Amino acid sequence: MATLDLALEEEVVAALPARRKRRLGPVFWAAIAWMVFIFVAAIFADVLPLPSPTDMDMLNRRAPFSALHWLGTDGLGRDELARLVYGARISLIVGLGAPVIGVTIGGALGMLAGYFRGRFETLVVGSMDVLLAFPPLILALAVTAYLGQSILNLTCILGMLGIPAFMRVARAATLTLARREFVIAAQALGASHARILLRELLPNVMLPLLAFFLLGVAVIIVAEGALSFLGLGVPPPIASWGSMIGEGRESLDVAPQLAFLPAIAMFLTVLSFNLVGDTLRALTDPRQGAL
Amino acid sequence: MNGAALLSVEAVSVDLPTVRGNLRAVDQVDLHLAAGQTLGIVGESGCGKTMLSRAILQLLPKKAKLAGRVIFDGQDLAHCSAEALRKLRARSLAVVFQDPMTSLNPVLTIGTQLIETLQEHLELDAAAAKRRSGELLAAVGIPAPEQRLSQYPHQLSGGMRQRVAIAIALSCEPKLLIADEPTTALDVTIQAQILDLLAREQKRRHMAMIIITHDLGVVAGRTDDVAVMYAGRVVERAPTQALFKQMHMPYTEALLAAIPKLETAPHTPLPAISGRPPDPTRPLKGCSFSPRCRYAAGRCESEKPPLVPAEMAAHQYACFHPIRLAADATA
Amino acid sequence: MLGFVARRLLYLLPVLVAVSLLTFLIASLLPGDLAYVILGDQATPDKVAALRHDMGLDQPVLIRYLGWLWHILQGDFGRSFRTGQTVLQAVAERLPVSFELMILAELTGLVIGVPLAIVCAAKSGGAFDRFVTSTAFGMLSVPTFLSAILLIYLFAVELHLLPATGYVPFSEDPLGNLRFFVLPALTLALAEWPGIMRVLRSDMIATLQEDYIALARAKGLKPSRILFVHALKPSSLTLVTITGINIGRLIGGAVIVESIFALPGIGRLLVGAIYTRDLIILQGVVLLVAAGFVIMNFIVDMLYAVIDPRIRHGHA
Repeated sequence: MATLDLALEEEVVAALPARRKRRLGPVFWAAIAWMVFIFVAAIFADVLPLPSPTDMDMLNRRAPFSALHWLGTDGLGRDELARLVYGARISLIVGLGAPVIGVTIGGALGMLAGYFRGRFETLVVGSMDVLLAFPPLILALAVTAYLGQSILNLTCILGMLGIPAFMRVARAATLTLARREFVIAAQALGASHARILLRELLPNVMLPLLAFFLLGVAVIIVAEGALSFLGLGVPPPIASWGSMIGEGRESLDVAPQLAFLPAIAMFLTVLSFNLVGDTLRALTDPRQGAL
Repeated sequence: MNGAALLSVEAVSVDLPTVRGNLRAVDQVDLHLAAGQTLGIVGESGCGKTMLSRAILQLLPKKAKLAGRVIFDGQDLAHCSAEALRKLRARSLAVVFQDPMTSLNPVLTIGTQLIETLQEHLELDAAAAKRRSGELLAAVGIPAPEQRLSQYPHQLSGGMRQRVAIAIALSCEPKLLIADEPTTALDVTIQAQILDLLAREQKRRHMAMIIITHDLGVVAGRTDDVAVMYAGRVVERAPTQALFKQMHMPYTEALLAAIPKLETAPHTPLPAISGRPPDPTRPLKGCSFSPRCRYAAGRCESEKPPLVPAEMAAHQYACFHPIRLAADATA
Repeated sequence: MLGFVARRLLYLLPVLVAVSLLTFLIASLLPGDLAYVILGDQATPDKVAALRHDMGLDQPVLIRYLGWLWHILQGDFGRSFRTGQTVLQAVAERLPVSFELMILAELTGLVIGVPLAIVCAAKSGGAFDRFVTSTAFGMLSVPTFLSAILLIYLFAVELHLLPATGYVPFSEDPLGNLRFFVLPALTLALAEWPGIMRVLRSDMIATLQEDYIALARAKGLKPSRILFVHALKPSSLTLVTITGINIGRLIGGAVIVESIFALPGIGRLLVGAIYTRDLIILQGVVLLVAAGFVIMNFIVDMLYAVIDPRIRHGHA
């Protein structure tokens, strides 16, 4: 602002409320708590005292809540709670597996591209652009159609679709860091490229990548959910929140909880990952923080 | 000569909460301005002069706290309703900002920015407003005014843009015009023209004016009274001639000395004031200027000097060791 | 400027070629066999071999790709062996539906997002602003198909206000047509408005700090005029470009929505092709959509370059 003395303006801007502090408030910890809860449930699904998620009780379909079936049964008489818990497992397997692929391959490519620059960088960025040319969901659909539905295929294709995004984050971080003194100092000391990459750059690039990773988990859970909803994700009869919602759609008029219970579970999980990831992103790169 | 004051600033203070504590931008300032008079407010960057002007205009940032009274034309502006205040603007109270490149809206035409003011306050119809806008532009010395109406700010030079800003400010015949560093962003050659324009229009309309500047040279000969500000306070106040004839506050003396003069031999180093203004979030107990003052001694560091009158009642200064107090008395 | 366009165009071509190659390669990864799929239960080793030879499937991949590409460049995308329609015919039929959906969705998103952004920017930091911003954040965690289910439940099942599925062409019954689009457009709009709201709000908050807004206030203009004329106009640049990008991106989201609401658009064509293993359609549609995407991004890039320098000049 031209008319406000410069020093004063900085003071006024600095007077803006510190919203950062509010982020680590109760909402943040609630999100963490939910994430832990889901993890534990998914990992220990087998030892929990739950009925089998695949046992069909055809006489007891779409049953309301009861002592036997805490959350009722679905359209084929299968225990809803058990399916929710096993669905959590699927969501987490795909939800974590795919971004892991994305962050390792994309992160590595991004760091290398940002560090070595030149033709290699152009090649990497160019091929990512080609990948980005496809609307992701359509590509995922097409590939699963050709390769067949399985958890592995799904994880791989969703993972690959995430590579460009992670590549960009890693490259951007590397580009800024590589020009800093500690890298030049290491180079002057004769450190090898590998050493610089692994010991100097990687620890610093990891933080923004981690934030992005969490956001990626949220995106993948949604993507897997969408595909399974259409019946084109995990193959039946494996319980996935997405396919449960899809199946629940048939019974919206008589038993809406069949669609809404997995919907709520998915929403809370995605929200938690988004919250934590966003908070982390705001903390590690304040200029890019969400509004 | 001094009739009832048009503008009365009474013990006005502006506080800004910041992460580093409270920032007192303006500290207990008193000002009085009669109709048709010009007041110059002089000070370094950060002395609070702009905040003071914002306080008078009631355009402070949201977080700022205003204490004291701003009486304009009999009304306390700080306790006016928003709507009453809005109606007061342009018709009674107008402002020209420092940089016309940023104070004019880049995506609206000059015409729009002029006409909207006229239509809002004078309720002219479109044709009349357009005509009047053309007349205003001609009055401020812009050639081919009708063509300018459909142009955008970036199509004009800096000096012309400031003339447009002045035209906008004058459009509803305000009683008081506040010009905040009106020439700082302009070429030196244009500065005099703009200042002359302001002076001319002021006389013609019998308008009160406040010129805010860091340049003592700007106020010389163009203002009736001068108030010198430092670290949020008024440290010296006098009718302009009296001030230049004999200033009492060492800071004012230093300011004047820092202006390059034609008589000085070439390559003479400019006697700039060493040091920097105090951190506004950590006000000093004593006189704010004492760390940089060459006359500072004892009392200066422990007590804040109050504004006291010199021989001439209208000349006030805030200093324990004023310069040449006993000397003259005649204006 | 022309050099910039030419350079980007030059970059565009290899990308398009790579896209076509990738599409084709995915198809040729087929573990099963197109011939088997076509013949279905009539497949015998002889028939399969014969059909493969007829269709040229026994030739090396590169030859097949070039042959396919050659046909594409002549406008021959192939013919569905299920319906007999050419790919282009099928797409041409479906495109208007998808377009209508995307445009209505984006418009609805704007209708929701823009007013909210303006109010939030005007009263930024206040309770309403915080509420809306949190809601926007929360909305980003609600997948499209979830919103769809929710809306269907609310409006179709419980309230019986709107139809859950179906479609009638605009030319036949304009009102009915729009009725069928309400829920689908709203579903997509619910995913669009947070982005729109955020961008406009942030731009407006920045604009409201500008000197010319302070001057507008000093001139005593009505607050509504300051907001809508002085502040909104300079802030809308990013929004305009984002809207363009969004409409292009909506192709992906439209897939889900079209399937759920049974709208005969491109997305549903694609999903249908997957269900019925109609691989020719699948290949052709993927290529067209991807190419469209690339060209859309290219146009938006051009727009940025054209609009940016002029406004940059005035935007201090």
